[in-house]
Amino acid sequence: MLITCPYCGPRDVIEFTYQGDGNRERPQPASQNLDAWNAYVYDRLNPAGDHNEIWQHSGGCRAHLRVVRNTITHEILSTEFARGGHKSTDSRAEGRS
Amino acid sequence: MAEQHLPERQSPLEPDYHPGSHGNFEHGVDVILSETRPGSILQLAAWPGEESRLIEIIRKVTGLALPDGAGGGVSSGGSAAFGFAPGKFTVLDEAEGLAQAFADAMTPAIGTLTDLSHGRTTIRIAGPKAEWVMAKFFAIDFALPAFPLGAGRSTNHHDIFAQIQRTGADQFDIYVFRSFARSFWKALCYASEEVGYEVQ
Repeated sequence: MLITCPYCGPRDVIEFTYQGDGNRERPQPASQNLDAWNAYVYDRLNPAGDHNEIWQHSGGCRAHLRVVRNTITHEILSTEFARGGHKSTDSRAEGRS
Repeated sequence: MAEQHLPERQSPLEPDYHPGSHGNFEHGVDVILSETRPGSILQLAAWPGEESRLIEIIRKVTGLALPDGAGGGVSSGGSAAFGFAPGKFTVLDEAEGLAQAFADAMTPAIGTLTDLSHGRTTIRIAGPKAEWVMAKFFAIDFALPAFPLGAGRSTNHHDIFAQIQRTGADQFDIYVFRSFARSFWKALCYASEEVGYEVQ
């Protein structure tokens, strides 16, 4: 599996570290909304298809990346620096935070 | 201020650094391995949006004009610079004291300066089979069009993080953590045996 880092270009997956589901919305640190914290920690969409993910190019430029990966084919559909906004790949994630 | 007397730097490669020809060199030596021992190795990082100001500071202090683009770099005489991550650059000089030269120009508003002179070891591999040996270690394209002269790359070999700069058509400088340098050096020597190598 190759991931195209926006800085380094295409690199083997061995250079990258998976940082988790990219659809999570972290509640404000002071939030006492237990449902929101529960959703942040436990709820996962686990789609069979396109999936928003956060990866770090830990064995290269060390940038954090927002990656869309197809969980069935492992095709990497897009990569961009994690800094900045994003859109969910899954309509079920909308309005959940 | 009294003149600083820094302890003489010792090479971590020393117990396994054996000048001379080794391996399968009966038909000629196809790679030359050496340690370049630059006096200063710095890492400069710009805050987001300050990259062009940092590139200008590097040009003023070292005279090196960094080209635009990811991994762009330049190597000239005893000094070199290259980008290794977004907004981050490695700058080196054969003389010590480069950190002091940057200290005034590098204000906190622009970014950070880290002196890695004692933290990295620089290994040079040169010769007609340099690309071949490097390709056994790192899964990146070493061909000249994909990895132009002066350019830098960040990658790793079995968790030993490495920065690589192409300093000649068939020459690469590899920056590895000093504590891993001897292990990496031994692996590089084994990998070079089949083509015949000379340690200088």
